Amino acid sequence: MEQTVSYTLDSTLDTVDNAEQQATRIATELGFADDEVMQISMAVREGAINAVLHGNAYAPDKKVTLAFERTPEDLVITIRDQGKGIDLNTIPNPLSPENLLKTSGRGIFLMRSFMDVVEIRPSQTGTEVKLIKHVRGSSAGGKEGSQ
Amino acid sequence: MSMKLSTRQVDGITIVDCSGRITLGEGSVTLRDTVRDLLAKGNKKIVLNLGEVNYIDSSGIGELVSAFTTTKNQGGELKLLHLTKKVHDLLQITKLYTVFDVKDDEAAAVKAFK
Repeated sequence: MEQTVSYTLDSTLDTVDNAEQQATRIATELGFADDEVMQISMAVREGAINAVLHGNAYAPDKKVTLAFERTPEDLVITIRDQGKGIDLNTIPNPLSPENLLKTSGRGIFLMRSFMDVVEIRPSQTGTEVKLIKHVRGSSAGGKEGSQ
Repeated sequence: MSMKLSTRQVDGITIVDCSGRITLGEGSVTLRDTVRDLLAKGNKKIVLNLGEVNYIDSSGIGELVSAFTTTKNQGGELKLLHLTKKVHDLLQITKLYTVFDVKDDEAAAVKAFK
């Protein structure tokens, strides 16, 4: 894999599958363990679902950009949509007893569960989600940067 | 691999054998339609056999929750059978493992209905 690879994708279900497949391929090529590959691909899938479904709302004129960057210590994945942005303060905790039986609202939680760092930045042009997985053996570690 | 479902009856209990992926789109819709169809026909004791389900996303988790609550709200009961490690782990971290009635033996699942 080159240092950075990026894709511009339509707001469709195919994009969700495509993003997951690219994540699986790249994480595998970079030598992540099988369980880490699964975690990375699932986190990317959830990020893509949010971008396509909640961000761009399937709008044909709005795009999702997906970028994979390999740094010496990390795999950094950035997913951007062109939606109206999200207010993180309104995202309920899916583990709260009153939310356990809700049928949605677990995507961000799963991303945070599977990645070392998750940064979500609402902006005027949409939402940017940055997913970081440390390369095993690098000095970086822990989930201190997670939101 | 897309999701495939087939249903069979064992001692008055409906077993739904699921295989493939329960994910946003076709997989989730297929599961939803199948459970609703079963309930509409009066089959309210349901076991979802997830032994061949190799992938599930947040949408699929939501669909399992929906199947569980819809069945319960109609006076029925829904149990999960043969969770793969991936699905088991997902239900654990989402704290849903103890919400569902999970079995690892089909005969025991069938017997467990009231």
